[in-house]
Amino acid sequence: MGGGILPVALLIVWWAVTAAQLLPSYRLPSPAAVVQAAVDLQTNPLYPGALFRDIAISVQRVILGFLIGSLIGLVLGSLVGLSRTAEILLGPLLGAIRAVPSLAWMPLLLLYLGIFEPPKIVLITIGAIFPVFTTLSTALRHVDPHLVEVGRAFGLRRFELLTTVQLPAVLPSLVAGLRLALAQSWLFLVAAELISSSIGLGYLLSDSQNNSRVDRLFLAIILLAILGKSTDALIGLLERRLLKRWG
Amino acid sequence: MSNVSAPALRVSLRSVARRFEQPDGSQRTVLRDIELDIRAGEIVAILGPSGGGKSTMLRLVSGLDRADAGRVEIDGTPVAEVDQRSAVAFQEPRLLPWRTVERNVRLGLPRGTEPAAGRARVAELLRLMQLDAAVSLRPRQISGGMAQRASLARALARNPGVLLLDEPFGALDALTRLTMQDLLLEVHAVEPATILLVTHDVDEALVLADRIVLLGETPDAPGTGSTIRTILHVPGERPRDRAAAAIVELRSLLLEGLGVPSHHVSAP
Repeated sequence: MGGGILPVALLIVWWAVTAAQLLPSYRLPSPAAVVQAAVDLQTNPLYPGALFRDIAISVQRVILGFLIGSLIGLVLGSLVGLSRTAEILLGPLLGAIRAVPSLAWMPLLLLYLGIFEPPKIVLITIGAIFPVFTTLSTALRHVDPHLVEVGRAFGLRRFELLTTVQLPAVLPSLVAGLRLALAQSWLFLVAAELISSSIGLGYLLSDSQNNSRVDRLFLAIILLAILGKSTDALIGLLERRLLKRWG
Repeated sequence: MSNVSAPALRVSLRSVARRFEQPDGSQRTVLRDIELDIRAGEIVAILGPSGGGKSTMLRLVSGLDRADAGRVEIDGTPVAEVDQRSAVAFQEPRLLPWRTVERNVRLGLPRGTEPAAGRARVAELLRLMQLDAAVSLRPRQISGGMAQRASLARALARNPGVLLLDEPFGALDALTRLTMQDLLLEVHAVEPATILLVTHDVDEALVLADRIVLLGETPDAPGTGSTIRTILHVPGERPRDRAAAAIVELRSLLLEGLGVPSHHVSAP
């Protein structure tokens, strides 16, 4: 409950500043104007349902990219974290790929994959791989060797050992990695949609900038905050379920 | 008590040696020329100075480690890598901290145990180890003695023919250790596995073991690795009187063998 105090206070200050007309509305729209902008977008007779469609497509891109990326990160992180050979073979290459600022892939992805969904999802995937890969491979290297030996002594091998001992032991790091990956996914979603898109919240941002619709910019930013926080909360739920399953 | 426990199995070590590579690339012999036959159902304690290869010997029998020379056999066949005919309890309880005591013990069940049979077996072991009250607790919520009992229950869940104990009571306080020794003997009466026990506690060896193997380097050849110095038969049926004259004599003999003056004056 305490976490809601500051957002509500901020909302009141925002409302008070706009109600007192301390700033012109083309600089700072009122909360009501932002709500109105949402309603207008959604009920525009030319493009009915535009707002929900923007939200839906952005959420879909993030979830797809995040799931594919974290799965790849999970596999690569497990390999490099557990196998000396994999670390020697893959470590330097993956380090170099990670060193490329992910946005640098975008022009190439657009050329190779066209302008529709694939380049955006691949970019988000790239963004989601590395936080999971890095945290997981590092954490796996530091699992208590005594526990691993117990697992071995009781007949667990490779995959079973990974799921019974090693992954549960690094669960906090894994969840931290997933959280970072999710934040990266939203970051790269907006980047991809700003560069090339005709729908989505990033498109709403760039379109509103071109039309100087500050109310819609506020709307998009607030939506991104709410969606980002909600999906992050889902990871928290996942963490609790995993703890129960492995607990 | 159900009759699910596997029969005790005999163990034999023939000319066993184990060397480890040093950081500078040279080889250091830890164990050499180990010859030992352990009868099925026997309790054998391994005593010796620390760093003298006691744990290494245990790990060779468990299959967690491999000998460089010689043969290690359980029931007449060579031990496999991580041999499932034996089960180990380590000096530290090594429980998985995210699992309840009950789920930790269940980890020891042999592969392919029926879920219902497994649950019954785990419940039975928890009762035997007096852990009924701790079933759903996590390792950090229980005492060191309880954690060690859970570790022992996990090893027993395997129905091992050979139970390998690596200083299992070494980290416990003196009183808890005595209680645990009695408990181990009760368990052995119910589930008569062959027990190979590493300890640094002479009295523990005297109370528990049928035979005591004294491991160490021969004084005239230092640096050549530990081997079996003596094997002593402990007289008397268990439970033994810790103060019996024969036991006291044996204790001073063992202490002298470990290089510790026993300050014992033999009765005239």
